[in-house]
Amino acid sequence: MSSDTTPLLSQQEIEHNFREIAPPLSQAEAILEANRCVYCYDAPCTRACPTHIDVPSFIKKIASGNLTGSARVIFEANPIGATCARVCPVEVLCEGACVEKTLMAKPIEIGRLQRYATDAVLSKQRDVLQAGAPNGKSVGIVGSGPAGLSCATYLARLGYAVTIYERKSLAGGLDTYGMAEYKMSQAVSQDEVAQVARLGVVFKTNTEVGRGVSFAELQQTHDAIFIAVGLGATSRLNIPGEDLAGVYDALAFIERIKSRDWASVPMGRNVAIIGAGNTAIDAVTQARRLGAERVLMIYRRTAQEMPAYHYEYELAKKDAVEFLWLTAPVEILADETGTRVGALRCVRMELEPNNVGGAARRGVRPVPGSEFVVPVDIVIKATGQQKLRAWFEQLPGVELDEGGRVITDRETMRTANPKIFAGGDCVNGGREAVDAAQMGKLAAQGIHESLTGERVEFVGARSSV
Amino acid sequence: MADLSIDFVGIKSPNPFWLASAPPTNMGSMVERAFDAGWGGAVWKTLGEPIRNVCSRLASIDQGPQRMIGLNNIELITDRPLDVNLREIRECKRKYPKHALIVSLMVESKREAWHEIAKQVEDTGADGVELNFGCPHGMSERGMGAAMGQVPDYTCMVTEWVKEATSLPVIVKLTPNVTSINPPARAAVRGGADALSLINTINSVMGVDLDTMIPHPNVNGLAAHGGYCGPAVKPIALNMVSELARDPEVGVPISGIGGISTWRDATEFLLLGATTVQVCTAVMHYGYRIVEDLIDGLSNYLDDKGHTSVCEIIGASTRRVTDWGNLDLNYKTVARIDHAKCIQCNLCHIACEDGAHQCVPFTQIDGKRYPVVDEAECVGCNLCYLVCPVPGCISMVRLDDGQQPLTWRQLTNRQPAPVSGD
Ligand SMILES: Cc1cc2nc3c(=O)[nH]c(=O)nc-3n(C[C@H](O)[C@H](O)[C@H](O)COP(=O)(O)OP(=O)(O)OC[C@H]3O[C@@H](n4cnc5c(N)ncnc54)[C@H](O)[C@@H]3O)c2cc1C
Ligand SMILES: Cc1cc2nc3c(=O)[nH]c(=O)nc-3n(C[C@H](O)[C@H](O)[C@H](O)COP(=O)(O)O)c2cc1C
Ligand code: SF4
Ligand code: SF4
Ligand code: SF4
Repeated sequence: MSSDTTPLLSQQEIEHNFREIAPPLSQAEAILEANRCVYCYDAPCTRACPTHIDVPSFIKKIASGNLTGSARVIFEANPIGATCARVCPVEVLCEGACVEKTLMAKPIEIGRLQRYATDAVLSKQRDVLQAGAPNGKSVGIVGSGPAGLSCATYLARLGYAVTIYERKSLAGGLDTYGMAEYKMSQAVSQDEVAQVARLGVVFKTNTEVGRGVSFAELQQTHDAIFIAVGLGATSRLNIPGEDLAGVYDALAFIERIKSRDWASVPMGRNVAIIGAGNTAIDAVTQARRLGAERVLMIYRRTAQEMPAYHYEYELAKKDAVEFLWLTAPVEILADETGTRVGALRCVRMELEPNNVGGAARRGVRPVPGSEFVVPVDIVIKATGQQKLRAWFEQLPGVELDEGGRVITDRETMRTANPKIFAGGDCVNGGREAVDAAQMGKLAAQGIHESLTGERVEFVGARSSV
Repeated sequence: MADLSIDFVGIKSPNPFWLASAPPTNMGSMVERAFDAGWGGAVWKTLGEPIRNVCSRLASIDQGPQRMIGLNNIELITDRPLDVNLREIRECKRKYPKHALIVSLMVESKREAWHEIAKQVEDTGADGVELNFGCPHGMSERGMGAAMGQVPDYTCMVTEWVKEATSLPVIVKLTPNVTSINPPARAAVRGGADALSLINTINSVMGVDLDTMIPHPNVNGLAAHGGYCGPAVKPIALNMVSELARDPEVGVPISGIGGISTWRDATEFLLLGATTVQVCTAVMHYGYRIVEDLIDGLSNYLDDKGHTSVCEIIGASTRRVTDWGNLDLNYKTVARIDHAKCIQCNLCHIACEDGAHQCVPFTQIDGKRYPVVDEAECVGCNLCYLVCPVPGCISMVRLDDGQQPLTWRQLTNRQPAPVSGD
């Protein structure tokens, strides 16, 4: 029995498998593509982008050879525009709305053009945003993911002294630790963090609020606080065998891949992933790229109900992932060592006849006597991230809804405590990086208004017209 | 950020970007929206005796998927009453004192008529007047527009009349429908013009509907030649601007017009001697919003080049334009192909084979057939470099054989021929 970090492929094969799925555009491609954009007015792509980047403007600047200006347009509306260019589900956002998709089923490659422009300035460290003159006020931000970075950028532009507290050793949140490695590497997120740092934002990494530093301390130090802690660890399965060696939380599994230290990454010939959301897809596609021979995706409902985006599902199908629909794990069985995963016992499920109690989707129930066992070396749990309910208890006055999401005002992101604002996954329950970035922008506006009485509106705060 | 502000014969403008006299400057509400969008100045749609227009009036030429690389119109001057226009001009200038507001004029060839309208415009508080000696259709049949601009004596005479009546700066807008642009320009300067603007539109027929056999634009079964503008006319306009910028008998500031869509186009006009630029077609295509990238792109360019003011680049390339007879006959370049970039489309080969000097033969490299330039035979004409679809794949390389520069003029001892025509 091999240890689970024994490589199945050579270093070169793994590097090759993790090459970028959407490589950079060459100059010739970028110019051709930029000129294909018809420069819509009140453009549908801009309306569909959660941060409302003025897409036609940045694309025409690529066509006119003004890459610096192009990147400025992007970063002004979205401080993590280089990350978003690589990880946004563009099919359901900007590119899904592009008129060229309507005209001839070939939307402009907005994401890749966005990357072309932002790469041009990030690679030169050419700053397109400037910090405002210091206004003597200070804001503390908990969490350095998309929401935190975005809020910090806008506040720095307004002249605030901003400190970000981050429990991890690298800043960037899931941009750094969660994005599928074939979509983007940590270098991109670190370049973006550096851009924020050049605005004067102070990053206190390895600093967990509630442990290393107390929340009360933050309240004393800062005039306002923005909470952007994201979500917690993956939910437990609550089945026997869950603590055997070889059972991983999808986030922890992906985090190891992100280090690109392949020797530390768990690998298995037979891998089972529990769940069918986007994170589950990221886990199966990456397990495949590490050399797994058989990858099973186990989901208790049917393909129609899977939460993953259609194109993510297509990607998994292309990677020859096997889908066990209407299947639930009941027990993880140990191998001959008694301490490691050896197999997974599952049960078949069936849809209940009716929507019980008017529920949004039909319930499922096990089919008696349908249990079966599949041999696996690794089990990856991707059944959704838990809410950080307990952590929020230390924040005076902050209220959560029944789903564990922080309740805020939709425009100002203010919580029930007027000095505390929140945004990102902890508020929306887990969406996309670009949504978190937009909430960071709105929060910066809300914080500024609450501390100074002045209303500002950043580019793309609202949809046009 | 570099200073983009301009002083154009006393007319102050926050940037060199003006709207040309045309539909985008038809009325007050439009000009005001344009100023709000960032335009530094505007030349009001030509005033005169209100006319009746025909329908339709525009036609265009596309290049592949790119719409409107050239636009043609048979529209005349303003169709709005003079007093309404004058009132809106006054109002607009009052609201936008820092912007340049110039009023384009065209009336019949009578001294009193020009005196009258020049005085009325001066009274509005506008910053200057532009004399439309360029409209090539309709108005010219009535003895106005290009009919004046094509006869240098008329150009001079009418300019004098306007100068008699107003102390405002007078800009003369020239027609490109002449064999040489210098004589009318010199005539305008003789008549007292403070500045020149060019080009107005070029005589053109845009095409024919093959089903109906009626040319575009169709006016109840008939068509008339119109005025051509848009991206396709830029090279013609650049030539005329640079000819005047280097003509010592001209010597007045120039407002460059013709085919400007991007900050790059505009910058080329500035480099070749224009102090401001005017735009029509690109705004008719995409709206006032394009000025944002004109400003941003020029500003980033100036920063990158280390300039603190746009004035530093005006005319910077003028001295690089000369007569053919002053070019160095001993300057030698050859094409060189970077085979790492070559996609083997063979366009360079066939272009040279059938359109130049048969010096891009094929050679086997690593088992593949690549075009290779025969440098001994290459005449350095640029054709292969121009047709190659891959950026940076073919470069023109200088071969320095140590010879001293030698021009045709030195070789033949000829003196430049004088510009004639007036
Ligand atoms: C596996 C995975 C893949 C994804 N792929 C995509 C994708 O392809 N495209 C896309 O758009 N979105 C994707 N997402 C979603 C996206 O990552 C999130 O929506 C986004 O990161 C949310 O941003 P955030 O700032 O709210 O939180 P996070 O990015 O989660 O950042 C929260 C930060 O707060 C820190 N923190 C938490 N508690 C404390 C504390 N007490 N003290 C100090 N610091 C603390 C955390 O360490 C973390 O750095 C993915 C998510 C996952 C899980
Ligand atoms: C529809 C139309 C109407 C125009 N009307 C006028 C006019 O009234 N007076 C004038 O001086 N020029 C007129 N022009 C010419 C423009 O001012 C400008 O000189 C020309 O279009 C070249 O610039 P462009 O290539 O940016 O369009 C008109 C052009 C168009 C397309
Ligand atoms: S941020 Fe994302 S959604 Fe918005 S334009 Fe860029 S790629 Fe599209
Ligand atoms: S919808 Fe498509 S074509 Fe229109 S502006 Fe956006 S990217 Fe360009
Ligand atoms: S035109 Fe350019 S790409 Fe085509 S064969 Fe010649 S060198 Fe190669």
